[in-house]
Amino acid sequence: MDLELSEEQRLIVETVRKFVRNEIAPLEADLDPDATELEPIDFERLVAQTKEMGFYGLDIPAAYGGPDIDIVTRTLMAIEMAQHRAGLYTPCYGVFGGAGLAQLFEANDDQKERYLFPTLRGERHGFFGLTEPSGGSDPARAIQTVAVKDGDDWVLNGSKIFISEADRADYGIVFARTDAAKGRAGITCFLIDAGMPGFHVRRVVHTLRSTHYATELQFEDLRVPAGNVLGEVNKGFAIANDRLSRQRIPYSAGCIGVATKAQEMAIAYAKQRETFGDLLATRQGVQWMIVDNEIDIRTSRWLTLAAADKARRGVPFRTEAAMCKLVATEAGGRVVDRAMQIHGGYGMTKDLPLERWYREIRIRRIGEGPSEVQRLIMARDLLGGSFH
Amino acid sequence: MHLQLTKPWRPLTEANVAALGGNLGVYQLANDAGEVVFIGFAGGKSLFGLRSALAEHLAAPPAGASQFRVEVNQQYQSRYRELLMVHRRDTGGLPVANRDAPPVHLGRLS
Repeated sequence: MDLELSEEQRLIVETVRKFVRNEIAPLEADLDPDATELEPIDFERLVAQTKEMGFYGLDIPAAYGGPDIDIVTRTLMAIEMAQHRAGLYTPCYGVFGGAGLAQLFEANDDQKERYLFPTLRGERHGFFGLTEPSGGSDPARAIQTVAVKDGDDWVLNGSKIFISEADRADYGIVFARTDAAKGRAGITCFLIDAGMPGFHVRRVVHTLRSTHYATELQFEDLRVPAGNVLGEVNKGFAIANDRLSRQRIPYSAGCIGVATKAQEMAIAYAKQRETFGDLLATRQGVQWMIVDNEIDIRTSRWLTLAAADKARRGVPFRTEAAMCKLVATEAGGRVVDRAMQIHGGYGMTKDLPLERWYREIRIRRIGEGPSEVQRLIMARDLLGGSFH
Repeated sequence: MHLQLTKPWRPLTEANVAALGGNLGVYQLANDAGEVVFIGFAGGKSLFGLRSALAEHLAAPPAGASQFRVEVNQQYQSRYRELLMVHRRDTGGLPVANRDAPPVHLGRLS
């Protein structure tokens, strides 16, 4: 068991770290504190740089032209990419590209031509529509959007909430109930185009994230061709579930990145700020906060890398993914909170990124499955079944 | 919260702007007919929030703006985009003075 980074991983991490500090952070000095987008000219320039580095489209499989970087190394990179003001929800403002919706790799050839390949080329953008007003923690049972077969089409009626990017997307992956009697075995996944009659983005849902907002959707007799069923009818939940487990690893990595940067700021401030004639760094209360931060960061880091390592080896990692998601999101919140405490009044201001991280990292304990659901997942695995 | 701003219009005068607080938030400018000609926000980098953001329009009001209304809002970025999207949904386009520099990747409502 080797806990050290390989030489290649060390070089990659160092390269990304320099990129964030030399290219991203200076641009943020001129942006609104809540910005999530670069000026187009800066965006294009930095995309060209990530392509030149061979890091563009990190999670695109090699067979589709991706850089073929394993998930452990990608996790290490994600930790670095989050270490700036917008880094939690918009790491490096998207200049590293990405596969978008991983479910599309399971699409049939026709669907790949219409959705996957244009997405990989950056020509089309999609959203993931799972959560409904009736609940998000138990999506298989909560889904009330119905799809009824009508000739060669399916007709969808219902609504979704907390859906990111739907107002700007060209298409979406949407889950609907196709068999009311079958519970999670009655869910089907559809590819819908934003221009289809009956597709509505009703409102922006304002949250603690000021820019990376969510939306509420409504489907009114939305007619979808049978050729837009992704996977098999009534087997959509497996598609959703696979995505939820995989997503928990980079989700955790973002929290670790922000926590790492917050800790770096807290240490630097404690070593230069004086109170009552001496540095904050000499105060036991501050020292303990910094130590507790480090324990939180390292615990999160090793659990997340352990989950990524299992995913890389192709062995089951559901428990590990749930554990790292639970620990990294909660620990990250504590670290940012302590860093703000050390910074005093300045920590509350928009002059520093701590204020933004504090708001945004709170969502992480809910998004991608709340802490309580992560415990439920682990309990089921540990106990070998559902003990309700 | 209403999707559209609903507060009454106030004349765009130095005295009215000076009376504003330094809060973050969003605002609209309108012409004499009450047509919205510009939607903006006072963000975290503004010196005195809505007061300084509106003061910048006093010298050269865009598109003949003569009145304004504000909404104090910490979520000024998403609220700003929402107001633009609502305006586009309701009128078919952006306010005239926003058309030169709309936000990147503005979404749509229907």
